[in-house]
Amino acid sequence: MKRRVVVTGMGVVSSVGNSVPEFLQAIRNGTSGIRFIPAYKEHKFNCQVSGNPDFELDMLRDYITETSLYGLKVKGIAYGIKASIDAWTMAGNPIESEKPSWDTGCIFGGSVADGQMIRNVINRVEANESRKLGSRIVEQFMNSGVTSYISGRLGLGNRVVSTSAACATGAQAILMGYEYIKFGTAKRMVVGSTEYVDSYMFGAFDSMRVLARSYNDSPERASRPMSATANGFVPGSGAGALILEDLDYALDRNAVIYAEILGGNTNSGGQRNGGTMTAPSSEGVIKCIQDAIADARVDADSIDLVSGHLTATMADKLEIKNWVTALGRSGAEFPLINSLKSMIGHCLSGAGSIEAVAAILQLVHDFAHPNINLEDPNPEIADLIGLENMPTAIVKKEINIVAKANFGFGDVNSCLILSKYRP
Amino acid sequence: MDRETILAELKKVMAPYTENKEKLAAITEETDLIKDLNINSSNLVDIIIDAETKYNVEIDMESSERMIRVGGAIDVIQEKLNKTA
Repeated sequence: MKRRVVVTGMGVVSSVGNSVPEFLQAIRNGTSGIRFIPAYKEHKFNCQVSGNPDFELDMLRDYITETSLYGLKVKGIAYGIKASIDAWTMAGNPIESEKPSWDTGCIFGGSVADGQMIRNVINRVEANESRKLGSRIVEQFMNSGVTSYISGRLGLGNRVVSTSAACATGAQAILMGYEYIKFGTAKRMVVGSTEYVDSYMFGAFDSMRVLARSYNDSPERASRPMSATANGFVPGSGAGALILEDLDYALDRNAVIYAEILGGNTNSGGQRNGGTMTAPSSEGVIKCIQDAIADARVDADSIDLVSGHLTATMADKLEIKNWVTALGRSGAEFPLINSLKSMIGHCLSGAGSIEAVAAILQLVHDFAHPNINLEDPNPEIADLIGLENMPTAIVKKEINIVAKANFGFGDVNSCLILSKYRP
Repeated sequence: MDRETILAELKKVMAPYTENKEKLAAITEETDLIKDLNINSSNLVDIIIDAETKYNVEIDMESSERMIRVGGAIDVIQEKLNKTA
């Protein structure tokens, strides 16, 4: 018997809100979280705008112990803690537990520890003062930092895994948690991903000339997926988290069920046939989406909404072509499509899980959020999927199934098929 | 520097590393940092580093092993202060 996997809690940290209610309101209204960053101008970056959460470490005062908070420096870890514990609380679970929960695990992804923190370590060591570093650096230097804080706080005793797959990280972590429950390894999983884009990662992307460079004077217009004037992505920071649960387990404890994960897939184009370190192979992308749909046992025609990767680069058009082929739908027959990145930019490893939270909110509240900055749609994209499927204002209609995909460096793809929960 | 002054100052140094504020307020020279104040053993290093900064002394590995109880910590700090004086 195939186990069903449902979502019972959500948490989010983003440039348009650090709680699910704030985030929901922002994505309904099409609020931009992109701002001008003076330090980026001083650094002579081409792109001087970014989507940063309005976040202070002190916000974690009621989330982790005072001693744990003292010495916590890495923002990516802090975002992940907040999103996860909010999701856990939303799912109706107490934070304090005496014993480990052996049937609950955590899969959380990220890119890299905070470069600013690493720089401080480097400076200390180079000044021959390593003895002053103290006991709290190693746990935050490691990529496993975020999962170890989350699982420690919640007492999680099942699989605890830290993952990284560039921009495909978030959706991949959710998929892995789904699979652990589906195959009976765990009953419950805290899943998600986080990203804090420090100046160093930002500078490296800037040097690749893939960031939006023409909107430093009008930051809210900078992130323009599917637009004719899209000329690069806008980096953002944040985290998203979900509580996934075996349906029977959720029903037994009378949990509120927000959505069901019907299936998904993660693969790689193998960096062959057009796939490279930085560009996805269409073959791999199409296979990923089609395998996800097959895993979910749904018909491609039943998908109401595509939550695209759509970063606002040249690759948008190719992505749309791939969706058209994978779904076998085009023009007026194509589903609604939107990109949360138009509002919060591209949160890299954090993107998939934040976008999954947005996708679930659209399922729960029956709407498709607007694509902002799409006043000048790319005509080639509009030709493929129809202007009416690229909403620039909120569309209120029944949304039953959403396909959420992300594609990352290394030619890695992830696709989730999410649905309203029907008993 | 007298022992009472150092004890009062150590309370402040140890404050960020213990959840048990009541016990911290009532520490004596006999108080065990790990057993009584539930300080994580890895945080002893941080307390030593903070004490080094506060008193502008260097506390070597051997001395730090004597800093399990408050009284031992005061001994070490006094010794180091006398050396630098």
